[in-house]
Amino acid sequence: MFSVSHQALDLKTLKSELPDPGAGACVTFEGWIRDLNYDKSVTALDYEVYEELALTEGNQVMAEAMEKFPIIAARCAHMAGHLEIGECAVWVGVSSAHRDAAFLACRYIIDEIKKRLPIWKKEFFQDGDTGWVNCEDSDKDGKSPLEAPGKQKT
Amino acid sequence: MKNIKVRYFAMFREQAGCDQEVLAVEAHTPAELFAVVAQRHGLPHLRDAKVAVNDEMSGFDAILQDGDTVLFFPPVSGG
Repeated sequence: MFSVSHQALDLKTLKSELPDPGAGACVTFEGWIRDLNYDKSVTALDYEVYEELALTEGNQVMAEAMEKFPIIAARCAHMAGHLEIGECAVWVGVSSAHRDAAFLACRYIIDEIKKRLPIWKKEFFQDGDTGWVNCEDSDKDGKSPLEAPGKQKT
Repeated sequence: MKNIKVRYFAMFREQAGCDQEVLAVEAHTPAELFAVVAQRHGLPHLRDAKVAVNDEMSGFDAILQDGDTVLFFPPVSGG
């Protein structure tokens, strides 16, 4: 299951959804807020989440992981709102009979969540500046799929 | 002319100065609609921008119908 939280993630409760008598492995991933991005000192982040679609797409990612890998359980939660340095922004946990599947599924889930979900982070810098991550440099090559219909990923 | 509700998120919302508006437009596709709103609000053409129509991820070449809601997403950065 995938969920969006407006309060600090309760990692113990999230992990409690994974145990199973047939599980011999548990892999978890925590994404933390760090204080540096592209050599600029970051003081905090705001996460904007479009929840209606994030929940649909997030649960689709979880279903894909269950389908692709021989795992027993998978759980993911993502924060929305204001986060300070060191806080946990996203948590993924997977249990499986053997470790390989749990590692692979955990990696698959976090990679797809980052790529596909309508979630945006705004960084607050030490110098008072702010910036939307991935929005400042992505048009550097001057090309845009918006000008080339049919080339978009769906 | 079609009446389309347009919703903006994150950087696009800040740039547009509103989170949604209803426009009467000739646009047949989200790509054509984006060209209209980009000009209207000075939105940048960002390489990894995405679009959803009526809360489902879509392509920029989808065919728009009267009454559709089109959501423009700047490049995502979750995780």
